[in-house]
Amino acid sequence: MSEMVNGFPILSLLTALPILGAIIALVSGKHARGVAMITALASLAVSLVVWYRVPDNGFIGLVERHAWAPSLGIEYQLGVDALGALMLVLSAIVTLMAIDASHRVHRQPGLYFGLVLFLEAGLFGTFTALNFYHWFLYWELSLIPAFFLIKLWGGPKRGSAATYFFVYTLAGSVGLLLAFLAVFLSTGSMDFHHLSLLASTGELEQMVTAHLGPHVMIWLAIGALAGFAVKVPLMPFHTWLPAAYAEAPSPVTMLLTGAMSKMGVYGLLRIAMPLFSHEIAEMRTPLLVLAVITVVMGAWASAAQKDLKRLFAYSSVNHLGYCQLGIFALAIPATGAAMQASQAAALNGVILQMFNHGITAAALFWFISMLQQRSDGLRGIDDFGGLRKPAPVFAGLMGFALFSSLGLPGLNGFVGEFLIFRGVFPLSWVAGTISVLGILITAVVILTVIQKVFAGPVPERWAAFHDLHASERISMAPVIGLMILIGLVPELITDSVNPTVVNLLAHWRF
Amino acid sequence: MQEAIQFTPYAVASWIGKILWLIPALPIVAAGVIALLKQPRRRLASSLAIGSLAISFLLALAGFGDVLAGWATGHAVRETVNFTWIEIGGGNLDLGWVLDPLSAVMLVMVTFVGLLIFIYSVGYMAHDENFTRFFCFLSLFAGAMLGVVISNSLLLLFMCWEIVGLTSYLLIGFWYQKPSAAAAAKKAFVTTRVGDIFFLLGIVWLFAQTGTLLFYNSGSGNLEPNALGGLLAAPAALGLSAATAIGLLIFAGAAGKSGQLPLHVWLPDAMEGPTPVSALIHAATMVAAGVYLIARVYPLMAAGLQPGGTTVALSVVTWVGATTAVFAALIAVAQNDIKRILAYSTVSQLGYMMAGLGLGGVAVGMFHLITHAFFKALLFMGAGSVIHGCHDEQDVRRMGGLRKFMPVTFATYAVGMLALTGFPIFFSGFWSKDAILESAHAWNASHGPYYLLVFGAVLTAFYMTRQVSYVFFGEYRGHGHAHESPRVMTMPLAILAFFAIALGVLGTPAWPWFRSFLNNQAAAIEFGKFGEGEFLALLLTSSVIVALGYGIGWSLYGNKSPRADEPDALERAMPPVWRALSNRLYVDEFYGVTVIAFYHWWARVADWFDRRVWGGIVAAVTWFFGLWARFNRFLDNEWVNGGFDKGCEELAAGGGILSRVESGRVQSYLRLLALGVVVLAAILIWSSAR
Amino acid sequence: MTPLAGYLLVAALVFAIGLAGALTRRNAILVLIGIELMLNAANLNLVAFWRYSPHPEALTGMMFAVFSIAVAAAEAAVGLGLVISIYRHARTTDLDELNRMKG
Repeated sequence: MSEMVNGFPILSLLTALPILGAIIALVSGKHARGVAMITALASLAVSLVVWYRVPDNGFIGLVERHAWAPSLGIEYQLGVDALGALMLVLSAIVTLMAIDASHRVHRQPGLYFGLVLFLEAGLFGTFTALNFYHWFLYWELSLIPAFFLIKLWGGPKRGSAATYFFVYTLAGSVGLLLAFLAVFLSTGSMDFHHLSLLASTGELEQMVTAHLGPHVMIWLAIGALAGFAVKVPLMPFHTWLPAAYAEAPSPVTMLLTGAMSKMGVYGLLRIAMPLFSHEIAEMRTPLLVLAVITVVMGAWASAAQKDLKRLFAYSSVNHLGYCQLGIFALAIPATGAAMQASQAAALNGVILQMFNHGITAAALFWFISMLQQRSDGLRGIDDFGGLRKPAPVFAGLMGFALFSSLGLPGLNGFVGEFLIFRGVFPLSWVAGTISVLGILITAVVILTVIQKVFAGPVPERWAAFHDLHASERISMAPVIGLMILIGLVPELITDSVNPTVVNLLAHWRF
Repeated sequence: MQEAIQFTPYAVASWIGKILWLIPALPIVAAGVIALLKQPRRRLASSLAIGSLAISFLLALAGFGDVLAGWATGHAVRETVNFTWIEIGGGNLDLGWVLDPLSAVMLVMVTFVGLLIFIYSVGYMAHDENFTRFFCFLSLFAGAMLGVVISNSLLLLFMCWEIVGLTSYLLIGFWYQKPSAAAAAKKAFVTTRVGDIFFLLGIVWLFAQTGTLLFYNSGSGNLEPNALGGLLAAPAALGLSAATAIGLLIFAGAAGKSGQLPLHVWLPDAMEGPTPVSALIHAATMVAAGVYLIARVYPLMAAGLQPGGTTVALSVVTWVGATTAVFAALIAVAQNDIKRILAYSTVSQLGYMMAGLGLGGVAVGMFHLITHAFFKALLFMGAGSVIHGCHDEQDVRRMGGLRKFMPVTFATYAVGMLALTGFPIFFSGFWSKDAILESAHAWNASHGPYYLLVFGAVLTAFYMTRQVSYVFFGEYRGHGHAHESPRVMTMPLAILAFFAIALGVLGTPAWPWFRSFLNNQAAAIEFGKFGEGEFLALLLTSSVIVALGYGIGWSLYGNKSPRADEPDALERAMPPVWRALSNRLYVDEFYGVTVIAFYHWWARVADWFDRRVWGGIVAAVTWFFGLWARFNRFLDNEWVNGGFDKGCEELAAGGGILSRVESGRVQSYLRLLALGVVVLAAILIWSSAR
Repeated sequence: MTPLAGYLLVAALVFAIGLAGALTRRNAILVLIGIELMLNAANLNLVAFWRYSPHPEALTGMMFAVFSIAVAAAEAAVGLGLVISIYRHARTTDLDELNRMKG
């Protein structure tokens, strides 16, 4: 634990900022978007400060601890390492993009932007909490604004999609909650750091066995995994996702795929792996099978979609499948330095992929949102054609996002995927070899999108399709710039993330 | 067989070695700047692209001179500059660039041919509305291609390789409003990507085995004896060594890029792109990148090579190359599109290069690559000139007699055609192809490739004769008046034609300069070699082959002018064969009913699975909970609510009884009061008594 | 037996007679008379306790009794007024028939 306990409470400030903004936005009616924009910009600035102040030795820094209910093991404890800080930056960027994409919210804008900011607060809270109690609080709280955003501003089938989404994720959380209650009963602690230390020495397993009997630990691991598997998602726990992504308004989809799905991967890295690494290593083969299915079938299912949002929803499943592939593949006792290097590469790749997918997927849905605005809500892959002619800048910039999603070197998508494969192949060459198919299928899918939407003759109705205007170009240019920058200089991220990765791996006992 | 290449210790990077990265960087920066230009800034765009590439060309010449100077003094130069790209865990991802004879030769070729084609494009694309974008893509391509050439790291090479693929995609689909162009672009990208996923697996495997992706790194690189020894010793499946398995995976990537069987299908379709693109990317440089890649990793492919023997990886390269050479040449015989004939010819020649690498080593394959780059670029640009002169007509049956209308084009095209077919002695193609045939003849493992390649050479002479007869001889059958192209287009043709002849000098048996340079041996002039029986026999064989091809071709097509609706001479002779060949031996159809059908079918299965099975399970669970909820409602209504109602009724009844006390009679109240007083008094008395 | 006990016995007797009258009579006026008897019994007690208390020189019991008699007079006047108005309203003074306060 770092020495910076209870310095300036920048993390509390970061979480409080969107809440404050949300309250102001709720009452500011027509000006809510401006309020939300300013709040999101301020949050991004603070999150960047956090990113630069994270300790570079891979430990958790900026810690704040205050006693809350000591008899119940509840403590208000915040802190981030590079992983958490990166997720904070990602959440801030994605929220900003989502607010930017929300041009036309005529109905109750105050409530809409208030909910978006509440969601951001939930994300910040989840990525900074180090005690299960309020971590879980934020984890569940973030569901509520998402639910209402889908329910009130979504597409025609929004009602069932929102309920589906809410109930499904909540059901997943039940397993997580039960697992944690069992851990708490056995250890009397909800402190992630303390628990991970217990787990790394094997004491946790002894304590659970002593209190609850043998073979309980594996069930706890399954319970915890269930919660995260739904959120990420891991096939076959993904069925809520296409409906929710498709029915949610596009800016909300950006938040769902760009930031909320990362909560699941983050949970795997912050909770499941540190506490249950040994059990996950025992279940490695079935988990890897599921991850490979997620990668390949996710990509293939996206090939059959006609609705662009559903298509990219499945593509997101595929991309997050790589993250899970990397995590599960490295859950194996390392027998030498080469294997440790592979594990480190895979984990670095996973974290890069989380960030990259967040940016890229959010950008893609941003473009779909623009497409819908210009076409009265159409978003079928066959509804368009030849758009490159009337809207060359639109096509060019979206091309960057599409090729980033395809994993083209020089853009951000490639680095994470390459590192994951570089790590996974030596650890499980079968899984690595089959999953490579996902890359190929994703390429076909994305090129088909380009072919059908942007190429070919221009139909009469799209001859006057408006290109991106100046303000839209300006808002998207930094994102595209970031994609290129990370693609060329991934050290910007890995420099800080790598020590964290080494530190995390050192504490996982497979 | 090729001898092991001995390089003297690594020279410290010279000034040119240190700034070698500028060669690819300049065109890439130019591409970035052009991308931000407005469409009407045509002159600026083309000047930027040409200027940056010209500087790259000068730098490439400087690099070549540097290597040449080292070679002349007997110290082969291999300068490397490596740096860490990403630090991960205990291992690093390193990138770097290398200046050695191989990359120097390739650099000069790519920048020079590229420069000529850039200049040619100014004329060819003059009326295109997306002129600036064209030069943006072209510059990006040149930069990425040069990146492939100088890479000293398989990772950097792969990254540039993919960007080259992207630019190829963008340029094939340059006229994106044509659905066929968009489809061809997608096909090209996807087909090469099939090879690339194997390539990617090869890369990660190599990394896993050796812990580095650098080719040369002062003894610890992948292509240096330490790593190769380890790779040879490491077993893979089926009794192959890891070196072989990785080599084959990398070759799959090269096969995708270089249009080798069975991944050749994209290259003919790629002719949908503008002709300068076909010349630069799909004839001279990008498709040769696969060959270059194999030449680059040749030490890996040849690991464990015994003199006079071969390795599994090299045999696969040879057989795939030789088969492709014949297969594509056969299809080229029955094509009517001027560019498609050349495209299949390119596939076929790439097969020769691959076979040359497998049979005779780096120098043999690379020499054909260099000469081919010049004469095939010449042919494509000549074809572009023809298309331009015939008002965008591409069907050879609607041309004819053009030698009268387009004399310069005809003369240069003829030079290219003679070089391609390997007309003895005077043309570069003869020497480079002969070297391959010679190696094939000397190959101990099998004579199969030799016969295949000889047959391919006959076919090459035949289909080129057919094409030239159709286009330049007989009567003009097209529409409008054919006219010669402007000088900006014919000048590059003349320059290329000169090199298509002159380059042969560098690779004759008497003065095998090119081979000596790449293999770092001293080059001696021995005119006596011309008199040796072996050479004379080969010369004779070649002459017979070429003459046979010319003869059959001329006898069938010479000076005759069949109209477009008339059947082809070969069609009349052998209808079934013609049908099969003109349908490209049904490879596309075969893929259509197998791979592509499977892809779509499986996509539907995945979707169905998602909706019905996983969705079905969820629906079942939902249904179960719905049932449970109904059951609960029943319980609520009948038991819980019923019980509650009953309790309420009981309570009300009890209230009724109690309310009778409230009689309204004052005296009864008083009575109760009195009773209460008495009771109180009794309690008081009783308690005070205690 | 002390003289006080005698007074108290008499007072208790008068109270009991008054109570019995108040509870058993149906005529409202007779009930009022019963109540007056009970009040007087209380007054008797007050005077008796005062007379035999440790400080008979202070006239506390006397004052209580005088106040109580005055209040009883007022109460009798109000009570009779009520009975007369009830009689006018209901044409009876029979308490068993006056049960409109029934709950």
